[in-house]
Amino acid sequence: MAKKAKNSVLKYTRVKPFTNVLISCLFIFLALICLLPALLVLIVSFSSEASIRMKGYSFVPNELSLAAYAYLARQTGYIGRAFLNSIGVTVVGTVIGLVTTSTMGFALSRPNYRLKSFFTWFIFIPMLFSGGLVASYMINAHILHLKDTYWALILPICCSSFYCIIMRTFFQTTVPDAIIESAKIDGARMIRIFVQIVLPISLPAIATIGLFLTFAYWNDWMMAKYYISGNKHDLFPLQYVLISLEENISFLTRNAQNMTAGTASNVPSETVRMAMVVVSVVPIALSYPFFQKYFVSGLTIGAVKG
Amino acid sequence: MSLTKAKQPAKKKSGSNGSSFDNLEIFLLHLPTTIWYLIFCYAPMFGVIIAFKNYKPRPGKSFLWALLNNSKWVGFDNFKFLFKSSYFPIMLKTTILYNIVFIILGILIPVTLAILFNEIYSKKLAKTCQTMMFLPHFLSWVVVSYFVYAFLATDNGLINRAFHFVEASTGQNHNWYQDTNFWMYFLVFLNVWKGMGYSMVVYMASISGIDGELYEAALIDGASKSQQVKYITLPLLRPTISIMFIMAVGNIFRSDFGLFYQATRNSGALTSVTQTIDVYVYKALLEQSNVNLSSAAAFLQSTVGCITIVAANLIVKKIDPEAGLF
Repeated sequence: MAKKAKNSVLKYTRVKPFTNVLISCLFIFLALICLLPALLVLIVSFSSEASIRMKGYSFVPNELSLAAYAYLARQTGYIGRAFLNSIGVTVVGTVIGLVTTSTMGFALSRPNYRLKSFFTWFIFIPMLFSGGLVASYMINAHILHLKDTYWALILPICCSSFYCIIMRTFFQTTVPDAIIESAKIDGARMIRIFVQIVLPISLPAIATIGLFLTFAYWNDWMMAKYYISGNKHDLFPLQYVLISLEENISFLTRNAQNMTAGTASNVPSETVRMAMVVVSVVPIALSYPFFQKYFVSGLTIGAVKG
Repeated sequence: MSLTKAKQPAKKKSGSNGSSFDNLEIFLLHLPTTIWYLIFCYAPMFGVIIAFKNYKPRPGKSFLWALLNNSKWVGFDNFKFLFKSSYFPIMLKTTILYNIVFIILGILIPVTLAILFNEIYSKKLAKTCQTMMFLPHFLSWVVVSYFVYAFLATDNGLINRAFHFVEASTGQNHNWYQDTNFWMYFLVFLNVWKGMGYSMVVYMASISGIDGELYEAALIDGASKSQQVKYITLPLLRPTISIMFIMAVGNIFRSDFGLFYQATRNSGALTSVTQTIDVYVYKALLEQSNVNLSSAAAFLQSTVGCITIVAANLIVKKIDPEAGLF
């Protein structure tokens, strides 16, 4: 009711129709700038190699072709492996990340926890000062020996103070103290309260942080660039395959030559790289509009309520 | 607005000081996270001593052994060497100038857009535009680099094919990946392009938190739209703006490695406009294995970052005590 009344009053403060058209045009323009490059890459990936030789990368190719995707589909040993690597790293990383951030967030949200202020500073200090790339690299590569393992793609980025603080704020504001108190009176231990009571009613926060982590892992290429050697093809996630695409296309070509002589010249190298880009973007592009509201809520908790 | 001081719920808590058993259990619960922090955040902080040593690895010996027994303390020699090098002033200038431009545009553009956004009549159109503008945020710089390549590639790129940019001297297609003047501005565009949708949502979220009655009251008093923005929206956005500002200033010695290294396809001809401190640290460490210089640069980055974020916070708090980050 109240909201409706508010809207009806605010109607009188609307901008003039002409201004509305201007603003709408501005936003349509900006939206197109954001969308068109993706569209171009999509169209190029479906163009035929001949059309690209004729017209270059174009929104209106002469001829459509599925050659690039057919080619990718034949490369299951390499591209398929990279796809599975990306999925595996994303799933494992997201689970580990959720465990680490939610437990820390829960601890910091308990008003009676004696070490609360100590650990609040404990996670806050790394936001101010970090050892920097060189020290981290040396420790991860030479002391923990993470180089050329899947853990190098997962562990260094699984937790962040920002996520912990979002979790803490969420637990503080939406999990009523009374529930925890009453569970305690019923004799439940803290760990059980956390797993069986707090987590189930905090699904929105879990979903938000889970999404942040999922996208971060899926898009991550820096860890692979730092810690995976160029010849360890088995460990490549999709993003890293994209980075080293130029040399990998020649790698694939050589492979093709070894297997069946004569087919090497058939590699649609121009379109295949765009098809790879499409393959790595499609899971994100299809899913993010559905999850956008969680992102917005996460941002609101994190950025505004501090 | 405080990160370090946890907010206490207004309601009085029902008795029971947490028993020591509760404390122990909570501690055990977050012990794995604590260990993660010790290994991945705190250990590297001590690793900064590399910057003050002449690190000499020895085959067959571990990193720690080499660092502690085989590497001499050299005081500030690594830094002196870094400061004297010819590329240091360039990378310092590049990093700071870009960051200043990014900070200004990164506040100006999203705030303006967030305010304008709420004025669109059609909510459906607004929602669609917002979703599309959010897309670049979800793409990695690797993917963006291919988007850029589709436009700028020398032979097949859309720009060269559509507008026929030709090198006057040679008659060949213009090579955009060697055009420093173009990239100087294009990097700014890319940065705005990728972050616009995200920051707009941050500001929109805090605009939607403003009490609508304020606008009603202003309306009754006959305030125009621009007056409402000037006297209600902007003042109430100030806390969010100052937090984003402090965070950005704290990162003034850092740069988006993906933007400067990946989106430019690591083109050697562009070094004069793309070599920021991060790019230098990466190249020195992993391409030239120069641990001494890269660790000095990385240490400088961390220290100055820490000082600037604390200083920015102090200054913002001086102006507005409510607005600090911590």
